[in-house]
Amino acid sequence: MAKFILARLMKAALILVCIAILNFLLIQAAPGDPAQVMAGEAGETDAVFLQQLRERFGLDQPLYVQLGRYLGTILQFDLGYSYRQQVPVADLIFERLPATLLLSLSAFVISLGLGTLAGVLASARQGRWQDSVISTIALIFYATPLFWLALMAVLLFSVQLGWLPAFGYETVGADHTGLRRMEDIAAHLVLPAMTLGLFFMAVYARMTRASMLEVSRLDFVKTAQAKGLRPALIQRRHVLRNALLPVVTLAGLQAGQLVGGAVLIETVFAWPGIGRLMFDALTQRDYNLLLGVFLVSAAMVLLFNLITDILYRLVDPRIRVTA
Amino acid sequence: MMEFWNRFRQNRGAVVGLLILLLIVVLAAAAPLLYPKSPWSMVQRPFLAPFAMDAFPLGTDPMGRDVASAVAHGARVSLLVGLVSTVVSMLIGVPIGAIAGYFGGRIDDALMRFTELFQTVPSFALAVVLVAIFQPSLYSIVIAIALVSWPPVARLLRSEVMALRSREFVEAAILSGQRARTIILRQILPNTLSAIIVMASMMVAAAILIESSLSFLGLGDPNVMSWGYVIGAGRTVIRQAWWVSFFPGLAILLTVLALNLIGEGLNDAMNPRLKRRGK
Repeated sequence: MAKFILARLMKAALILVCIAILNFLLIQAAPGDPAQVMAGEAGETDAVFLQQLRERFGLDQPLYVQLGRYLGTILQFDLGYSYRQQVPVADLIFERLPATLLLSLSAFVISLGLGTLAGVLASARQGRWQDSVISTIALIFYATPLFWLALMAVLLFSVQLGWLPAFGYETVGADHTGLRRMEDIAAHLVLPAMTLGLFFMAVYARMTRASMLEVSRLDFVKTAQAKGLRPALIQRRHVLRNALLPVVTLAGLQAGQLVGGAVLIETVFAWPGIGRLMFDALTQRDYNLLLGVFLVSAAMVLLFNLITDILYRLVDPRIRVTA
Repeated sequence: MMEFWNRFRQNRGAVVGLLILLLIVVLAAAAPLLYPKSPWSMVQRPFLAPFAMDAFPLGTDPMGRDVASAVAHGARVSLLVGLVSTVVSMLIGVPIGAIAGYFGGRIDDALMRFTELFQTVPSFALAVVLVAIFQPSLYSIVIAIALVSWPPVARLLRSEVMALRSREFVEAAILSGQRARTIILRQILPNTLSAIIVMASMMVAAAILIESSLSFLGLGDPNVMSWGYVIGAGRTVIRQAWWVSFFPGLAILLTVLALNLIGEGLNDAMNPRLKRRGK
């Protein structure tokens, strides 16, 4: 097991380096010469000053030297400087990270919980009206643009019904503390987490249904039936356990999608996470910040994949994944 | 072909999907005739509610632009981007998957690692970064969507080709001295066509979703009207004018739903054995 985890870690590190190189190349391709941007900030534009800046920041060095330097700075959690916001990029990101983690993890739990439940229900009532209702709902949510669903949720639950706050992380100026503050944040979390979760709920429901039906046809289920076990017990103990395996794999793969979804959801709900930060970077054309957020979110997804990989191995001893 | 159509027809959802898609294609084709004026031009007072005037059934946006015209013109962009980016990602994914599956060994290893790398990167975030850096245009959007969508194609092709590789007709072709390229193109790829078609219909749907999300974030081509752009423009006025965001979103939902239904129908019709087993 230790060997397996080590091999997985090595692989993840390698992928991270590749992504960092990609990031470096994208920074090179980004419009605007960094020296000119800095010179603009300083209010100086003459050629000598530009040359000085280039030498000072190594921008006159060959590309591979710059790449080495870039990888070195990343290792020290230095993601460059945001010239628009006058703060190091890493500071901005780490300040926003908790909000994104709260949102994505809540959405993940909602989608996985409700999704598998709906999938199990649909497969148990295969071909009957319950199955049709669940499958149709899943099909519709699967086709709904996430940002539009979010807007419609605001319209219905905040504007029309007035049940939930429409945007933000907590009530501005309320200065709640302790339990009251947590309640306030939870109320703000409901709509973003539900809309982000609903799309993935549809994915998990479809997957679980198909997987349950597939496993139900296997021989060991017939054996269990022949032994005279109660159908509910067979479903729970034998079918569900095996059917959940592909769902776990999918859950790991979906982590990347969840990050993309967070950009849209945080934009609609003004949720102060790194997704919203990405949107701000876009509107302000702050490429350092944009690519910093991209790198951190890629690293997050990688970490999440690593965790699901290890979980998968724990859940299913049959799998001996060679890294 | 007739037999195929009969099987496809039995899937009620797929027929509904086909009808919806036909409607949207007609709308897209007829947009310049129905709304000859540019969808960007101001035609009425801003915030005109839907159904208030017969000439503007879907109302107007905060700039006095006709929402119905935007929906019609937006259909062209969505379908175009969906279709072209799917073709481009096929052009990347099919050769990679076919080569990996046919040759196996180290080539397979290297290509699959490469594919995995692209699959681990959060795809929508990558698309956002690519379009932002290479400036929003139809080209950059299509390329960005293709670059983040090809890995599943490569994986599908690889497994299909690996299965076909050991079949007798392929071995016969190898023994008869045909070159690898000829075998892959003439013997193997035609047999993967049904899998490719099913996947393509689902990919067009996914591409339309990505395109609309990009335009919603302000990364659409500034010269063409798209559904995502209109929803984004309506975002800040959602309290006063729900219709600006509502109708284009409904159009996206229907188009994507139709394509997914068609994909499922094609899948059932092309693999009738799977369908029977499922029942």
